[in-house]
Amino acid sequence: MAAEKMALAKAINESLRRALEEDPKVLIMGEDVGRLGGVFRVTDGLQKDFGESRVIDTPLAESGIVGTAIGLALRGYRPVVEIQFDGFVFPAYDQIVTQLAKMHARSLGKVKLPVVVRIPYGGGIGAVEHHSESPEALFAHVAGLKIVSPSNASDAYWMMQQAVQSDDPVIYFEPKRRYWDKGEVDVEAIPGPLHKARVVREGTDLTLAAYGPMVKLCHEVAAAAAEEGKSLEVLDLRSVSPLDFDTIQASVEKTGRLVVVHEAPVFFGSGAEIAARITERCFYHLEAPVLRVGGFHAPYPPARLEEAYLPDLDRVLDAVDRSLAY
Amino acid sequence: MTVEGTAARTSRRSAGKKSGTSGTKAAGTTGTKRATRTTAKKGSGTVTAADPDLVQLLTPEGQRVKNAEYDRYVAGITPEELRGLYRDMVLTRRFDAEATALQRQGELGLWASLLGQEAAQIGSGRALNDDDYVFPTYREHGVAWCRGVDPVNLLGMFRGVNNGGWDPNSNNFHLYTIVIGSQTLHATGYAMGVAKDGADSAVIAYFGDGASSQGDVAESFTFSAVYNAPVVFFCQNNQWAISEPTERQTRVPLYQRARGYGFPGVRVDGNDVLACLAVTKWALERARAGEGPTLVEAFTYRMGAHTTSDDPTRYRSEEERLAWEAKDPILRLRRHLEAGKHADEAFFAEVEAESEALGKRVREAVRAMPDPDHFAIFENVYADGHALVDEERAQFAAYQASFADAEGV
Repeated sequence: MAAEKMALAKAINESLRRALEEDPKVLIMGEDVGRLGGVFRVTDGLQKDFGESRVIDTPLAESGIVGTAIGLALRGYRPVVEIQFDGFVFPAYDQIVTQLAKMHARSLGKVKLPVVVRIPYGGGIGAVEHHSESPEALFAHVAGLKIVSPSNASDAYWMMQQAVQSDDPVIYFEPKRRYWDKGEVDVEAIPGPLHKARVVREGTDLTLAAYGPMVKLCHEVAAAAAEEGKSLEVLDLRSVSPLDFDTIQASVEKTGRLVVVHEAPVFFGSGAEIAARITERCFYHLEAPVLRVGGFHAPYPPARLEEAYLPDLDRVLDAVDRSLAY
Repeated sequence: MTVEGTAARTSRRSAGKKSGTSGTKAAGTTGTKRATRTTAKKGSGTVTAADPDLVQLLTPEGQRVKNAEYDRYVAGITPEELRGLYRDMVLTRRFDAEATALQRQGELGLWASLLGQEAAQIGSGRALNDDDYVFPTYREHGVAWCRGVDPVNLLGMFRGVNNGGWDPNSNNFHLYTIVIGSQTLHATGYAMGVAKDGADSAVIAYFGDGASSQGDVAESFTFSAVYNAPVVFFCQNNQWAISEPTERQTRVPLYQRARGYGFPGVRVDGNDVLACLAVTKWALERARAGEGPTLVEAFTYRMGAHTTSDDPTRYRSEEERLAWEAKDPILRLRRHLEAGKHADEAFFAEVEAESEALGKRVREAVRAMPDPDHFAIFENVYADGHALVDEERAQFAAYQASFADAEGV
């Protein structure tokens, strides 16, 4: 097999390389993505190999990046744009919400906008303000967008392939603190559906649901709980919009308990939506209310405080204990 | 802060009466004489070909004036083509009036009239080739006409039966864009794609004086300049962004902004269809020749309200409106046609009859426009589908079916 061990960032790089090779309409756009290869080196070497007209260093203007990507998509291109950091997406929020998300519907299906917006997101890297945020719920609320977030190198590779091939706009949230985590990537595998969740650890007592950077943490939580004799099932949701409620439901019907974990603030976060819908779907199977572990309703704190802000092993275990106590 | 603001405002408002002193005063305040002079003139309604900043080929009296730079772009224009421009403007105005009437009759929820801007739109619209691409605002009914978009299609969104409703690629005329200025970036991106394809077509982005304040417009200027994109920015400066005069958007004439981005800007008499045609042709030619973007500021006036929901008597004077009415784009071309004996009474009567027929057709088509099926809500949200949309559609169908069951008993 063609499986190879590589870091998550490298997996995205390889996936973009393949997309550029296979489809001449694929473009890479963003600030510093060309000569520098991106501030995280995700696009490293691509401009050298595919040229400045396909791997495009853009002016420093996020709305301009997304707005011109829309125009390029209207012309038949498939732009993959990079927003350098999570907190910098907001100048482009208008173009994403009012234009990118709605144009297919506004044209009664005549126009397709196959644009991928890559956003390195989340904390845990000791960064300055605006470099550690998790704004996925702000996008998931918008019809017309699809939101995904890989947790490992293999998914990073294949979900990018599928995002580029999607005829819908996809916001691709990259767990920046996992960029350097290595995993096996089989570039000849046949990937499953992009928006399907995956049971990554089977268990019987409680379900942990997460995506992106929190999946690794949930693995650690499940391992720690196992030492105490608790059997936790871990779901890697992979996609925030659409959310694969069928997989969550099947798991909760088995375990009767659900804890959702994300870095984003809990209030109006994706965990709230999951809790509401799973309560509707699994009311008679639930042994405890659905609990959530995530950020607080406060600005993302200075780096010296982020350990206290971000969900960690103990906070998730605490939620597990509270759920099991019902 | 208010000292400066008031000074600029005063010069404009009072320009018609006492342009001398207040103009000088404002010049001292703004520090740019050119801005003040132009500002003062537009208020007074005395912009003429004598103004070196304004390209004009037809005076308000319909007299052809020479222009060394732009004459060649309309040099070969035939009487038939001139009559065609006249017909376009009359039919567009008639359609526009019909839409306003349909709103008053409750057939449309809203209408954004282009009254007064026919020359800017027909002149620029007729400068385009078939393979050029247009990115309009929501007021480009005249440009849509030039592109062959059925006027009835423009009314769907104003009636509330869709949010767009035509295939942009059928006529290379993108959907109307309501968020101010957003489309200038789409036009720029599209033009970047044209350049990548090695095609020799051009792109034109319409926007207004209000939109010139939007960040997206500034970013589109930057991107188009940096990538040398074949795009023409066609700004219809109709003097008013709802209730705000251009002084609330800019302290320099808008066309001058282009210089700072590294491409040329030109102010054209927006009520002169011939000048708009010539200047747009020039700008498109630059784009096709790989010379990059151009900003055209068509200096015109929104004769009507911003939309049918607006009341312009609250913020501008009848005197100002009358001054612009004297420069009417259609009357101007008619005078020119008559003076040159390029058209006879039969022609004008024929256009009149045709415009009445258009009004009737539009009226009947709109009244017959059905409300969409409820399930259209769930259509085309995604190209590849979405589980939540499917689920909610099914739930809504079950909910509706529950009434059918009850009624069926």
